[in-house]
Amino acid sequence: MRWGRRSADVAAAADLPRTAIELRDVAHDYGERAVLRDLTLSLAEHRVGVVGANGSGKSTFARLLNGLVVPTAGTVRVDGLDTRTQLREVRRRVGFVFQDPDAQIVHPTVAEDAEFGLTNLGIAPEERARRVDEVLTRYGLAGHRDHPAHLLSGGQKQLLAIAGVLVMEPRRVVFDEPTTLLDLTNTRRIARVIDELEQDVVVVTHHLDLLAGFDRVLVFEDGRVAADGAPAETVRWYVDRMS
Amino acid sequence: MTLSLYVPVASPVHRTPAGLKLGLLAALAVALFLVDGLAVVGGTLAAVLLLGLGAARLPWRSVLAQVRPVWPWLVLLFAFHLVVTDWHTGTVVVLRLLALVAAAAVVTATTRVTELVAVVEWLARPLTVFGVRPARIGLVIAMTLRFVPLVAERAQRIRDAQAARGAERFRFRSLVPLLVQVLRLADTLGEALDARGADAPVPVRRGRAGASTS
Repeated sequence: MRWGRRSADVAAAADLPRTAIELRDVAHDYGERAVLRDLTLSLAEHRVGVVGANGSGKSTFARLLNGLVVPTAGTVRVDGLDTRTQLREVRRRVGFVFQDPDAQIVHPTVAEDAEFGLTNLGIAPEERARRVDEVLTRYGLAGHRDHPAHLLSGGQKQLLAIAGVLVMEPRRVVFDEPTTLLDLTNTRRIARVIDELEQDVVVVTHHLDLLAGFDRVLVFEDGRVAADGAPAETVRWYVDRMS
Repeated sequence: MTLSLYVPVASPVHRTPAGLKLGLLAALAVALFLVDGLAVVGGTLAAVLLLGLGAARLPWRSVLAQVRPVWPWLVLLFAFHLVVTDWHTGTVVVLRLLALVAAAAVVTATTRVTELVAVVEWLARPLTVFGVRPARIGLVIAMTLRFVPLVAERAQRIRDAQAARGAERFRFRSLVPLLVQVLRLADTLGEALDARGADAPVPVRRGRAGASTS
C-alpha cells in the first residue's frame, strides 16, 4: 500500500537548489548515555527516510540536521555551513516539523502562528501577508485563519505546523515522526503533503509505507546506521530484524 | 476553553488601530470613575453595547460570553452596597463595571492578539535601555494566550484518566504528571522556537502588526 501520491514533479523539484548535509565522525551523548556514535555520512538525495526502534537515536539524528542538537564530537555541515558556528544560516535552510504540533504552534490563532517565523526572519509585512495567504490556502486552512489554533483537529494542527515551517521557504525539511499522533485519514493527508513537497526532505517515521518511493532509507540501531540504501531493501531488512 | 477572543468581522471598529482602542479603553476606565450619575453611567453602557453589537457587528453571544463570568461578583457587589450604602450607589457601581467589562470585550473581540501584542511591545520599548527585549515580552503574552487552554486540556486528560480508574475527584498528586507533561512540552517548545527562528535578533517592529492577516 502506498499512502502518498508520488509527485510527478521530480523534474521540477530537481530545479530547486539541492541541499547537501555532511556528517563527519559525529557522536552525541546525553550525560553518560551515548545516543549516536561513529556517524559519517552524506545526505544529498531528495527524499531520505529514517527508521529505527525507539531509543535508537533517530530523533537526535534528525535534530542534528538543523542544529537543534550540536554533536558532542564531530561536525555536521549543511551546504558547507557548520551547525556549530553558522547556526542561523543552517536553520534558514533546514526547517523542522515536530511530532507533536501542539508544541510547535506558539500563537493563539492560525494566521498569527503561520506568520511567526516570517516575523523572526524580518520579512516585510506585505510579503508576510502574501506568503501566509498562499500557504494557508495550499493546506486548506484559509477558512480557519482567525480560528484559535487550539481548536483545530489533530490533522489540521499538523498541517499548520508544516505550513509554519514551509512559509519560511527552507530548502530541506526534517520531519520527526509527523504522523505518529494521527489517524489513518490524516496520516494519508500528511503523507500526500510530504510527497508533493519540492523541497528535499528527511522523514523520521515508524510508518514504513510512508517511505515508498523515497530515494534512500537509513536504519538506526543503537546510535549507529545499521543499514543504508534503497527503501525496498533497507525496509525489508529492518522488518526482518524487528521480527 | 480558549483565550483567543477575536471575532473576525469586517467593521470600522475592527479596522481602528489597536493602540487607539486600548487608549480609549484606558481613558474610559478613568472617566467612568470620575462620574457617578446613573444616567451617565447607564448611557455609557448603552453606548458601548451599541458600539459592539452595532458598529462592530459582534454577535451578542460573544459579548455575553465575556460578561458572564463577572455576573456573580456584580451581584455580590450590589448586595454589599444595599447593606452598606444604598441601591443608587450599588446600581451605579455595577453599571460602571459592566460598561468597562463590555468595553474591554469589544476591544478584545475586534483586535487580533498580534495587534495587542504590538502595542505592548511599543509601550515596552523604553525598557530596552535596561536590556529588556520588547519582542520577548510580546512573545510571552502570545504564548500565554496559546498555552493556558492547552495546559487546561492536558489537566482534563489526566482527570479523565484518573476517573477511568475509579478516582472520583482530582487529587493533589495529579499535579505531578501534569507538571511532567508541562515540562516536556516546554522542552519541545524551546526547540520549536529555536527552529522557527525565535532566537534570531528580532528586527525593530515592523509596521502594523497583524496587518498581514487581515
